[in-house]
Amino acid sequence: MNPGEIAAQFERLSRGIVPAASVLMLALLSVLPMPVAGLATVMPAFGLMAIYYWVVLRPDLLPRVVVFALGLVVDALSGLPFGVHALVYLLVHAAMLDQRRFIAGRPFWLFWSCFAMVAVAAQAGTWVIASLLRGAVLAPLATLATTCLTIAAFPLATFVLVRLQRALVGAGRR
Amino acid sequence: MASRGGNLSIVGLAVPLRVWVQRFAFLALVALAFALMLLSKAETAAVERARLAIVDDFVPVLYALSRPAQSAGEAIDAVENLFLTYADNARLRRENAELARWVDLALQLELENATLRAQLSHVPDNTPNMVSARVVADAGGAFFHSVLVNAGKRDFVRRGQAVVAQGGLVGRVVAVGERSARILLLTDINSRVPVIVLSTGDRAVLAGDNTRQPKLLYLTSTAPISPGDRIVTSGDGGLFPRGLVVGAVADVAEGRISVEPLVNFARLDEAMVLDYGLDGVLPPPERMPARDGPSPAPSK
Repeated sequence: MNPGEIAAQFERLSRGIVPAASVLMLALLSVLPMPVAGLATVMPAFGLMAIYYWVVLRPDLLPRVVVFALGLVVDALSGLPFGVHALVYLLVHAAMLDQRRFIAGRPFWLFWSCFAMVAVAAQAGTWVIASLLRGAVLAPLATLATTCLTIAAFPLATFVLVRLQRALVGAGRR
Repeated sequence: MASRGGNLSIVGLAVPLRVWVQRFAFLALVALAFALMLLSKAETAAVERARLAIVDDFVPVLYALSRPAQSAGEAIDAVENLFLTYADNARLRRENAELARWVDLALQLELENATLRAQLSHVPDNTPNMVSARVVADAGGAFFHSVLVNAGKRDFVRRGQAVVAQGGLVGRVVAVGERSARILLLTDINSRVPVIVLSTGDRAVLAGDNTRQPKLLYLTSTAPISPGDRIVTSGDGGLFPRGLVVGAVADVAEGRISVEPLVNFARLDEAMVLDYGLDGVLPPPERMPARDGPSPAPSK
């Protein structure tokens, strides 16, 4: 086994793991206790950013079933009824799979503004489902704030994900 | 699914088949998500078990990840404290003078209490057994005010037990895994805590509404209540023990009395789960092992 072969094997392995692992890590970041008053209620949805990033740039590496499973993990941790995030992630995945060719390879502002639309739709969807299932109109202002923070924090997540992709995954097909 | 490297005729067949399978998989997953939501809403045992199993698996990871966040919090505290030293000192001197007066009063009352109790052959309140746990996730965002702690069944944590931190009530245990538990904060929209307003002795229910300040409902009288009045648990209904400090009245506006919880939820690193052996509306729990040493005072 020569070094080139080992490198190729390593790359295959990291391609398989890195996208899903990065979604998971960012999703966990969203539920960590933060030492800032009020931040917990408006914590940006980092997991959503990673789903969006990978499905636009490397949809081959984040299969639908994995997206669904990641959604279930987020549901289990957040305490919302099982399936809420799974459904939202699934719909975002499906929508972006359809639209990604208009975004991939285009300037960053387009990538970002499209994410803004996705974030608004996803947060609104989560809000409606959660409100229906919990039987009350749940903090619309906090949801709005979460959405704004999610959009604002997107470049930060992109910064990390771009470096991860360059180092461990590669560009892949457009 | 058919492989990409097949010969032409198989590829010709496989592509539509693949599209069809993918579309079916998508619809199946969407249907599954809806089914899970309904099952979860109905609190189906299997779904709850699955949820707790997932949480159990992630608690060690969350524990490891929450350490840096906590250190950052401590660093912020250190800097803040540095700037506040002067003001704090002045405030503490003032408070100290005030408290010295209260200590005298407390000693007098303690003696009086002891005498009266001896005369009445008073049966003392249950002292709670407790388990202290680290808060590893502040979950649910704007929709669900709950936290996860790294103690569960194996630490004798049971559903319904009261949780305190920083000398005040945090909430109660709503779900317990093997090594994790979910605590419903008293600010959540589903939280209802029977309380007493200390200044008037009125009973009420403290209802969360997903804001930082829960509100008082069903006050038993119209006695005037003013900001600063202290609120403690009443023990009615047998779910919470009596006398745990909840907070103080923050604001009395028309038809709405909001309460500022004593607990600073942003700095909730450690929480104590109390076991008073209360049955409440839940089946009797297995008791926590008794501990030596001083019992935790419900109010510090």
